Formats: sequence, C-alpha cells, structure tokens
Amino acid sequence: MQQFLELLNNAFPFLVAGALETLRIATGALLLGIAIGLPTGVGRVYGPLWLQRILGAYVTLFQGTPLLIQLFFVYYGLPSLGITFPQLIAALLTLGLNSGAYQAEYLRGALQSVGAGQMTAARAIGMSQGQAIRSIILPQALRLVLPAWSNEVIAMLKNTAVVFVIAIPDLMGQAKILASKYFAPLSIYTIVAICYIVLVGVTYLLLRQLERRTQIPGLTNEAE
Amino acid sequence: MEFFQDLVTTLNFILQGLWVTIGVTIVALVVGLVFGVVTAMLRVYGNAFFQRIATVYSVIVRAVPVIVIIFILYFVIARFVNLSPFWAGSLALGFASGAYQTEIFRGAFQSVPSGQMVAARAIGMSRWQAIQSIIFPQAVRLALPGWGNEATLVLKDSTLVFVVGVPEILRRAQQVSARTLEPFVAYAAALLLYLALTLLTTQLLQWLERRYRLQM
Amino acid sequence: MTTAPILRIEDVYKSFGETRVLNGFSLTIQPQEVVVLVGPSGSGKSTLLRCINLLHPPTSGRIWLEEQEITAPGVNQDKVRQRIGMVFQEFNLFTHLTALGNVMIGLTKVRKMHKQEAHDLAMFELERVGLVERAHHYPAQLSGGQKQRVAIARALGMDPHIMLFDEPTSALDPELTGEVLEVMQQLAKEGMTMIVVSHEMGFARQVASRVVFMEGGIVVEEGPPAQMFEQPVHERTRAFLRKITDLDEGGQ
Repeated sequence: MQQFLELLNNAFPFLVAGALETLRIATGALLLGIAIGLPTGVGRVYGPLWLQRILGAYVTLFQGTPLLIQLFFVYYGLPSLGITFPQLIAALLTLGLNSGAYQAEYLRGALQSVGAGQMTAARAIGMSQGQAIRSIILPQALRLVLPAWSNEVIAMLKNTAVVFVIAIPDLMGQAKILASKYFAPLSIYTIVAICYIVLVGVTYLLLRQLERRTQIPGLTNEAE
Repeated sequence: MEFFQDLVTTLNFILQGLWVTIGVTIVALVVGLVFGVVTAMLRVYGNAFFQRIATVYSVIVRAVPVIVIIFILYFVIARFVNLSPFWAGSLALGFASGAYQTEIFRGAFQSVPSGQMVAARAIGMSRWQAIQSIIFPQAVRLALPGWGNEATLVLKDSTLVFVVGVPEILRRAQQVSARTLEPFVAYAAALLLYLALTLLTTQLLQWLERRYRLQM
Repeated sequence: MTTAPILRIEDVYKSFGETRVLNGFSLTIQPQEVVVLVGPSGSGKSTLLRCINLLHPPTSGRIWLEEQEITAPGVNQDKVRQRIGMVFQEFNLFTHLTALGNVMIGLTKVRKMHKQEAHDLAMFELERVGLVERAHHYPAQLSGGQKQRVAIARALGMDPHIMLFDEPTSALDPELTGEVLEVMQQLAKEGMTMIVVSHEMGFARQVASRVVFMEGGIVVEEGPPAQMFEQPVHERTRAFLRKITDLDEGGQ
C-alpha cells in the first residue's frame, strides 16, 4: 500500500497532463465530428440521391471498420501518397471522421422521426425547404438526438485511448511511459482506469443536466 | 500492375490474420455472453447483495476504455497463469463485452411482460423453473437485435488485442508493411478486409433476427 | 359577375402513381365567399386543398390566384403559399415552439419582421382566437381545440388572402369543436375568403355561401346551403347529405 501511494504521488503530475490531453483531443474530435455529422445527416435525409449515396458510403466505411486501423491508415498509410500529418492532427482527423459518421446516423434517425406534418405545415406558411429544415425540423431533431449524442460523447472519451499507438501523450500514453518507468504496469493501468471512470462519470452527470435543461414538453423520443 | 501484385501479396499475408480475428471475436463473444447473461440475471432476479455486485461490474467496466481493460486483465492473467496472448486477449475482451451484454440482457429480461412470470407460477412452476423455461427463451429473442449490434462492436474491438501482440488483421498488416514498405497498401487492405467482414456479419445477424423474431 | 374571382381552378387533374384523385376539377371562388366542400372519403377534397396551395402541384390543369396563374412554370411557390393560409386536421403545430413561437416563426423567418413587431402581431392574432393567456404554453400543454385555434392564428399571421381548412374539427373531441367553429365563423363575418372541407353541417347551413358536393375527383353539384340541403338535384347528393345529416343529428 505504501508503495502504491508513492507510485501514485510520483505519477500524479503525468496523469493530470495525460487527462488534459485526453480531454483536449476528445473535445476537438467531437467538434470536428459535429461539423461533419450535421451536414452529413441532413444530406442523407434531404439531399439528392447521388449525394445520399456518397454520404452513405462514407458512413458505411467508417462504421464498418475499427477505429484503430483507421488511425494506422491515416498516420502510417497516407504518407506513402505524400499526405503527412503531425500526430495530433492525424488523431483529431481520424477520431473526428469516425465520430462524424456515427453522429450523422444518430441525426438521420432523429430527422426521420420528426413527423411529416411539421414539414408540410412549414411549407404551408411559405417557408422554403431550406428554411423549414433550419428553423422547424433541425431544432426538433437536435433535441431528439441529444441522448444518442450524449452516448457519443462518452464513447469518444473512451475512444481517444487508442491514440497512444501513434505516441500521443494522452492518459493512456502517459500510462504506457509510467508503466515501463516504474515496472508496475498493473498498478499504473488500474490508476488510469480510475482516472477514466472519473472523467466519464463527471461527463455523464454534466450531460444529464444538459438534457434536462433543453427538454421541451411533448418533444421526447417516447411520445409519438 | 505492380500495385495489384503488391495488393495480392499483401492480402494473402493479412488473410491469415483473418482467422485469428474471427477466433478472438468468437471467444470474446461467448465469454461475454456467459458474463452478460449471468450478471443480468443477478441484476434482475438476484438478492440485494448480488444485484449490487452485478451493477458495479457493469457500470465500472463500461466507464473504462476497452483497451485499458485488456491491458489490466492481460497483466492480471499473466500473474497467475501462463496463457498465450490469444487467450489472454480474448478473455479480457470477453470480460469487457460482458458488461455491455449485461445491459442488453437486463433490458430483455425486464421487457418480458410480468404476466408471463405470474402465469408460470400459477401453473405451479418454481421461480427458477419459470425463469429457465418461460422468461429466458423469450428474453433471448428480445435481446437478439441489441446482441447483434454488440457482436459487430466486438468484431471491431477485437483488433485492440493487437496491443498485446496477437497476430490478428492489424498486426499482420503492420508486419507486411514493414516487409514491403507499402504501408498504404497494407492498411488499405486491412480496412477493406474488415469492411467485408462487418458487412457480412451484419447480413448474417439480420437473417438470424428475421428467422427468430418473436410474434408478440 | 362584377368582381374578379379570387381563385379560379380550371380542369385540374391529380394522380399519385396509378391512382387518379382529381379528374378535371373546376371551381371559381369570389372574394369573401365561404365554400364548404363535402363528399365521401377518397373523393379528393384534401388533395384539392393541397393542389391549391401547391403542396401537391396538379398533374395538369391551371389555377389562378387573384389573376396570377400559380400553376405556371417559374412561379415562386413559397410566395404563393404565403397568400394562402392552411389549417390541418392534425393541427401540425411546431412541437418545439410555444403557441406564441408558432405564430411568430412565420413572421420573422418568412415575412422578415423584426422580433418586437412579430411578437406584437402574434399576440394580436392569439387575441383574435382567444388564446392570449396560453401564449407561452407548448403544444403538448394545450387541448385539441386550443391547438387548432393556435394553428388558425399561425395562418392568420401570414396575412392570407384566402384560407383553406382541411377537416379542422375531425380530430377533436365533440365538446371541443364548438370553440374552433366559433373562431371560423368570426373570420367569415370579417370577410375572409374560405374553403372548408368539413362535415359540420350546422356550420355549413349557417356560415357557407355555397356548398360544393364532390365525388370521384369532380364537382357533382353545388349551390347555396338552403338549396343543397332542401332540394338537391342529384340523387347522389341527396343520399350523401341525408347520411351525414342523420349522423350529425344522431350524434347530438
């Protein structure tokens, strides 16, 4: 126990740095994922057929393959074509594109569950299709998508743990270094697991708050 | 032309990893199934003590990245028995999947109408008999869509055992790229192989679901 | 005919795939007329309303709104719809907006009004339908009758030249239809041109200037309510009207 506490004490500053890096990457990739997922989701529902096909292929590709291999492909594979990214950019890009595919699917489901009458009514007061999507359909779909999106935030926090394979010093990357430095892999990985539990737990509670704040009577997934 | 030759050689080499990937996935899914069903039963039908233990397992494991679980269990297992990376990695992945499968089966058990239990008890079955022969067969069918989803997730997560040295698809791709110095071809081949595998699995699961759908 | 008609429908056909719903429908409507459209289900009443505001553009045939041919190619359909108010059987209130928000959104987004101006006009329209005190309620917190009155206020806010009502009381519990019909009657009194698809025969008798009986996608017979109810020419009209009046009275 004495040994464990000493280890914890020595490792602490590195773990904090790692946790911050994990949060930074998760946040950046989530934002990129939103930027990609939002137009992709809308395009898959309301776009012309050719666009729906292309976006569908993107989603299938990223949902059908493991994140870890996607990361290897981007960081180690693309340079043979002359496309080279620094580690951090490669990680953000891969996680962002991956998350974008999932977010697009969640949004697509939400868009499709907004009743057809909403679009009809919006068009009937003279809105264009674009206006109707922006001010009637999307505000509803975004609220409906919130629970699925919360899951995606949690998934993202956990997904970032693979970026250590391209030598990024996130929580897991620090763990790898500490484990070999102190020859105590089991203790180090257990401490890191606890760090993730704290990160995930706090994020979960914050998201629950957000969901409660944006709730509107009658606009839920259960009600028709 | 050279590109295609490279691609064929590369694919040939990586294909041997395909069987390892499938092996890891199946072992992990079966282990996870056992953990998941048992834990779900404990959570729904167990006494307060078992309910608490089951909940802690499911909540804690799902809050930790699967890759961290694999590392931890790998070192735990290595301390007690001498298992190959394949078995250690697959067991660890199965233990992690079990927590997710717990949630799937818990939902399924809870959505079997309560009247089923009452009716079973009314014809003189014990509680355990009712769970075994009335509730369980229905819950399994209800769990099938969620379980199918988990199966494709485990298939994709199986590549994580790469980190403990299991020669699955990604490890093979890494090896061949070191040899041919064509990382683009190697990782593209790995991605395509995986894509084919997940699409095939999805088809298979949909077929299963249609076949065993419960009319309720 | 001294005044120009507000709406002229000429030989309109509408098919969905193989099914033909409108079969050369023609009708001319003068300003301030209240036309009640009746007919068996599947006779094409709802489709006709959706053709008029171009939600389902006609397959062939032409429609003029105030001398402008709205079925002509190149017509801005969104602009046309602003002049035509529509009220739906299922209300279709915007779920994520309050009653006030439902009326305001068309004003700010389509009519490009400033927020304050839109707010004031929206409150005025809610006042007209008697729902000022419900302004900040969400649709889920309103009764069916209240929802439909908000939907009417939403349509009125766009300052329509003609209003289409698609079975506005059919989704309501019987005790809630009165409040909606009252608002519609008030509108008629103020001189709003209205086309109403409805089986509320009491409303037709009291408020309609004309009753149109349609079946199979065409007009079978039309005339003032008294004539249509007392001495219809066609046997089909007689049979249909007798059936729904009986139901009406039976229901009361």
